[in-house]
Amino acid sequence: MKRSRSVVTIVSAISVLVGSSSRSAAQRTTTLTVFAAASLTEPFTRLGKNFEAAHPGTTIRFNFTGSQQLVLQIQQGAKADVFASADERWMETANDSGLVEGEPVVFARNELVVIVPVANPSGIKRLQDLARAGVKLVIAADVVPVGRYTRQMLDKLSSQPGFGAKYGQQALANVASYEENVKGIVAKVQLGEADAGVVYRSDATGSVASQLTTLEIPEAANVIASYPIAVVRGAASPVLAKAFVELVESATGQESLKKAGFMAVQPAVQPSQ
Amino acid sequence: MKLLRTIAVRTFVGLAVGGLGFLLVLPVVSLLVRTSPGELLTRLGRPEIRQALLLSLETSLLATVLVLLLGLPAAYLMASRQFPGKRIVEVLFDLPMVIPPTVAGLILLLTFGRAGLLGKSLGVWGVSLPFTTAAVVMAQAFMAAPFFLGPVRAGFTTVEHRYREVAATLGAGEFYSFFRVMLPLSLPSVLAGTAMACARALGEFGATITFAGNLPGVTQTMPLAVYVEMQHDLGAAITLSVLLILLSFGLLLALRYGQSRVR
Repeated sequence: MKRSRSVVTIVSAISVLVGSSSRSAAQRTTTLTVFAAASLTEPFTRLGKNFEAAHPGTTIRFNFTGSQQLVLQIQQGAKADVFASADERWMETANDSGLVEGEPVVFARNELVVIVPVANPSGIKRLQDLARAGVKLVIAADVVPVGRYTRQMLDKLSSQPGFGAKYGQQALANVASYEENVKGIVAKVQLGEADAGVVYRSDATGSVASQLTTLEIPEAANVIASYPIAVVRGAASPVLAKAFVELVESATGQESLKKAGFMAVQPAVQPSQ
Repeated sequence: MKLLRTIAVRTFVGLAVGGLGFLLVLPVVSLLVRTSPGELLTRLGRPEIRQALLLSLETSLLATVLVLLLGLPAAYLMASRQFPGKRIVEVLFDLPMVIPPTVAGLILLLTFGRAGLLGKSLGVWGVSLPFTTAAVVMAQAFMAAPFFLGPVRAGFTTVEHRYREVAATLGAGEFYSFFRVMLPLSLPSVLAGTAMACARALGEFGATITFAGNLPGVTQTMPLAVYVEMQHDLGAAITLSVLLILLSFGLLLALRYGQSRVR
């Protein structure tokens, strides 16, 4: 008796499985896989919903992490249709290794800001305070684009009036941690563990904005990051991939990016080599 | 029929063992064939690699000592006493083994961080743990503790009651009988727990980068250095990986020999 009941259960379970798979086959869902820099999480997630609404039967799947990790993953054979990088160098690496199709296009720009927890335990009021002894500064590691930009920015500030030639060195001596991606910096400042961090403006917007105070960096010393996008060579659905790139470049896409703190690029330009 | 079954069983066992070898042994072999010992030695001289190696050795050793000191009495109590809620305490002790290391790092921050539950009071004394070498040791000890407690608790439990009772009738106090009866009899388990905890501490990554951050010479242990180096200097990452594997292998092998000696 017991055995026959379990047989019935198994048979019905199988029929449910078979039934559901044949149903989804009839619907013919396609999956578009987008590899994008971690800083694009918010605007791309929103655009992904637009895209799914405009292309019924398409599911969009995102992989958000540091650009350098994404390139590594694609090099190692990860299946991706679209690649959006947070800096031109990693896109060049991808392009040089023949990983992308056609010319990459810059679709957004981002600038650096300094973030401080709202409680501001070390009383950081201006950029000069980052070089004060005892301040706990958290920035990204050298291999992460934002980490490289941060060093460039500190260098530039050192030659600005009111900062002093040793400013950059002193600020770097205050670094408590070189984070592996920009979201790690935001989290440590948000929790109040770090006194200050250097991130993209887009990382200081949205849900975390209320827990952070933002310090502006003068235009002359700021470093602007360019975000290129391209279709990946051998994409499973190249037509959809191209459609997604077009959506990012469209007025709707640019509006989403602006809302997330990026500087829009209209019309889209080719990256400088 | 019987022959057929034997063949089937043997084929399955063969495939399973082969599959396991593929999964566990082949990656280690492929790492080792990628580096010549000469290359390895030259890279060992590089300051950033030596720094990470020394820091890893120092912190994982300290973490092991910490786990040993704090864990031995706890394991003994768990093995020799009954109290309400014991099951729950046991599960709590096992928890670090199954929670994602990043979660462990986050809860350590929320507890011992500057804005954390306990960290706030620590701050009054001028103590700030995150981003320090002490934080690395704490993260490692947190993750390694269950690997010590498990075997040691089991070891203590298997020491027969009779021995302790005999010791007691001979007038031995609990303290005396712990050191002269329990500990010597369960030495293989204590060794196993210590070696496992040390190996786990050596390999710790997620809790460390979350709680202690990543600063060369202060908190950048070997696993963190592997992760960062992998993105711009694969050679250095491979060297560090080889070192980590050799160290862990040596540690676990020494344990096997040590155990057979003690027995």
